[in-house]
Amino acid sequence: MSEKAWSWIDHTTFPSRRGAHEPFMRQVLAQLTALGWSNSDLFGIEMALEESLTNAIRHGNRLDESKQVVAECKAAPDRFWLRVEDQGPGFKPQHVPDCTADENLQCCGGRGLALIKAYMTRVDYNDCGNCVTMEKVRAAAEAP
Amino acid sequence: MAKLRRIKVSESGQVSVVTFVDSKIIDEAEIQEMGQELYDLVERDSRKKILLNFANVEFLSSAALGKLIGFDKRVKQHAAQLMLSNIRPEIYEVFAITKLTKLFQIKDDEADALAVL
Repeated sequence: MSEKAWSWIDHTTFPSRRGAHEPFMRQVLAQLTALGWSNSDLFGIEMALEESLTNAIRHGNRLDESKQVVAECKAAPDRFWLRVEDQGPGFKPQHVPDCTADENLQCCGGRGLALIKAYMTRVDYNDCGNCVTMEKVRAAAEAP
Repeated sequence: MAKLRRIKVSESGQVSVVTFVDSKIIDEAEIQEMGQELYDLVERDSRKKILLNFANVEFLSSAALGKLIGFDKRVKQHAAQLMLSNIRPEIYEVFAITKLTKLFQIKDDEADALAVL
């Protein structure tokens, strides 16, 4: 998708402090609301934003305020794209235990990743695992 | 008893019915506080039947789910019973995606839950 096809593009950097991601999240959700996204889609996107941004702050940069989180977002009436990068060592998503397996239901961890995957159309991690890129394509019947 | 800030508790027969003050349960400090208030119900107040009514909850993060799982463990350790009710469809989907519908007993509404607790 060419850059011109996006209705809105934003790029921000914030320190790894609890809650530092909230203004960016509010801005993205306001833009998507203005673009006509449904409440149901907005719920899933809010979940993906919350989980990916707090993962970067808390697990990636370990709340070290000298480390930054970089977030880039693109939005259109039928497509949402997000990239979140932290300055941590990264992780291997395939090594995170499946939180939905019966033996792991009571374990901590992995639920944020499972929720992102469930609500997004596509989720990719870079090789070292400190950068996640995700995209949601709105169902044809729902697009304006 | 310490003043509750994140939950409200009422009694219905032998059941302690809990509702949540926050419609969005995402703030980490508030989740910690909510967890402690829930833990106190079984650990300090020895309540044996607890119903969490989610009617007021519009959004919750995986950190909040983690705290609810921790609470479920404490409930079981104290031989108490826990049930959830009034979960709106978007929130129920979060429980379904994470398969927590297998861990928690969930009823449509408070009356259904109170009938079996």
